[in-house]
Amino acid sequence: MKQQELKKIKDYKYGFTTDIESIRAPKGLNEEVIKFISKIKKEPKWMLDWRMKAFNRLKNIKEPNWQKPKYPKINYQNLYYYSAPKSAKDKPKSLDEVDPKLIETYKKLGIPLKEQEKLAGVAVDAVFDSVSVATTFKDKLTEKGIIFCPISEAIQKHPNLVKKYLGSVIPITDHYFATLNSAVFTDGSFVYIPEGVRCPMELSTYFRINASETGQFERTLIIADKGSYVSYLEGCTAPMRDENQLHAANVELVALDDAEIKYSTVQNWYPGDKDGKGGIYNFVTKRGACRGKNSKISWTQVETGSAITWKYPSCILQGDNSVGEFYSIAITNNHQKADTGTKMIHRGKNTKSKIISKGISAGKADNTYRGLVDISKKASNSRNYTQCDSLLMGNKCGAHTVPYIKNKNSSSTVEHEATTSKINEEQLYYCNQRGLNQEEAVGLIVNGFCKEVLQQLPMEFAVEAQKLVGISLEGSVG
Amino acid sequence: MLEIKNLKASINNRQILKGLNLSIKPGEVHAVMGPNGSGKSTLANVLSGKNGYEISGELNFEGKSLKKIPVEERAQKGIFLAFQYPLEIPGVNTNNFLKTSLNSIRKANGDKELDTLSFLKLVKEKSLELGIDEKILSRQLNVGFSGGEKKKNEILQMKILNPSFSILDETDSGLDIDALKIIANGVNSSRDKKKSFLVITHYQRLLDYIKPDFVHILSDGKIVKTGCSELAEELEKTGYKNFN
Repeated sequence: MKQQELKKIKDYKYGFTTDIESIRAPKGLNEEVIKFISKIKKEPKWMLDWRMKAFNRLKNIKEPNWQKPKYPKINYQNLYYYSAPKSAKDKPKSLDEVDPKLIETYKKLGIPLKEQEKLAGVAVDAVFDSVSVATTFKDKLTEKGIIFCPISEAIQKHPNLVKKYLGSVIPITDHYFATLNSAVFTDGSFVYIPEGVRCPMELSTYFRINASETGQFERTLIIADKGSYVSYLEGCTAPMRDENQLHAANVELVALDDAEIKYSTVQNWYPGDKDGKGGIYNFVTKRGACRGKNSKISWTQVETGSAITWKYPSCILQGDNSVGEFYSIAITNNHQKADTGTKMIHRGKNTKSKIISKGISAGKADNTYRGLVDISKKASNSRNYTQCDSLLMGNKCGAHTVPYIKNKNSSSTVEHEATTSKINEEQLYYCNQRGLNQEEAVGLIVNGFCKEVLQQLPMEFAVEAQKLVGISLEGSVG
Repeated sequence: MLEIKNLKASINNRQILKGLNLSIKPGEVHAVMGPNGSGKSTLANVLSGKNGYEISGELNFEGKSLKKIPVEERAQKGIFLAFQYPLEIPGVNTNNFLKTSLNSIRKANGDKELDTLSFLKLVKEKSLELGIDEKILSRQLNVGFSGGEKKKNEILQMKILNPSFSILDETDSGLDIDALKIIANGVNSSRDKKKSFLVITHYQRLLDYIKPDFVHILSDGKIVKTGCSELAEELEKTGYKNFN
């Protein structure tokens, strides 16, 4: 990394930059660019047609603007929609060349050295690479008939599955950002779990590093066939920097009869500097369809990064007796803004949903929970339980709860509880008196506040996430 | 160990401590008694370093001024305050809190951090010694604890953290006789040549179980009389009005 660049990002404690290679699609959003992406990904014609359909739709729609955090107008013609992943020669040669602040954060998170190198984008010699480990796991998955690959590969190798399910949960006509993603997505993950198979490992635990360069328009599709189970981890507690300000990913989940999908996210994108300059806009569309009876989809998210987080991981409960869950921690500090929550759409009978949201706001940040519980006429005996807790630190931040509830079925019940509290000076004093410094004390209290959500995370993720919660709020008190 | 000279403390422009003198040597137990509003809790807060007070005068611990030392560093140096009203921290497991606390203090003193196993062993030993049900330690910190459980938990923390100087801020208030004995036992079993205690109380009752070396009477922000444990008995008979 160049000294000059290091200096420039001095205040961004978790960041790193590397030179971007110059293989890029020309600037701007037009048919040529979409063809370019499709060609470089060696896509079949049906895929290009699908993208074009989305692109044509995009011309006639506008960005939504009902959200609380406002942002400057995005000039879509001024963005690059494809750039090649960095080549090894442009990467830092060792951790010594990486921002020491970043390394410090990795250490705080307890990330092993080998992983640190990968996360920081260090060019790792193949001999020392843990490729063999990854291969072992890949073999194990293949043995069970599980498909886990980049979606670009799935489009070529498993076209029938992709054709059947892509866009079936988030239609290409859904809304501006989802449509934009459908037109220009570059890559992402594809998962298929065959009937009756329980995926033997947390997916992406061992692969998360390889999935870190999927670009700003990521597309993920996970299909759990009848009676199967999968737990998928997205993102990383380790801080991530990206040249692209706008991130508009689409994630679609499909659970068939008796299947279960557990989807966990830890998002720690660059939040911008102390004055709120820069930072990622994370405008993601995540939606799962509980298509079969007795199916279950559970979203868990820990959102600590980005300048603006705007997302509502949702469940469409179509199958009878299906279950949707949403567990969320959204932490905003300095000038960060979040407008996040979920939608639980009850369509089948005896469907259940549970929403646990923990919003923490510090500095001058603004945190909104927005959620919809929609129970249709046919969804008899359905139930929802919602709990929204907000924690404020200092007196310049904001917390808002905006629940929308539609219940058209008299046999169904909806419960909503909400609390707002301020971090208590006396609690901090008590912790300090027991030898904990201010940051440890805040970390402890906030982790206690978030406990119900942290418990939902897979073990190895949970430990890192706990530390991250503390680190995200560093400097927010005292 | 502790030297206080002409200590004045104000909060929100109101002076509470008005020139307090107190000297505590290693191994001594001092009791401070006084009516409501005499400045007892302020003394405990100021010694522990709580924010918000304007301080003047001398405040030395082990030969060094405490005045610019933050709360956590004082704790790491061996000052412990058993709170009058221990705080509830929802979602935080009591054991986990204690372990974090112990290891922060150990780390600051250059000691090796305890692993979970050795920590649990220590907890078991200390709770057995005090006759405290260690089940409370697997609950959320002070959440839903009865008044007695909260105070016992403070004393158990004191035993585990093993501070050189402990302040008990009205730890006896609102306790039944059995709990009172546990608290007293916690102090008595810790007494040695190196450790000192400052026991703040309203009532002589606690001093039936903890025999102090000195009793001080605090009135209107000053120590107005110092004596040995008989002073407490006298006070119990005549009340505070004779000491103003």
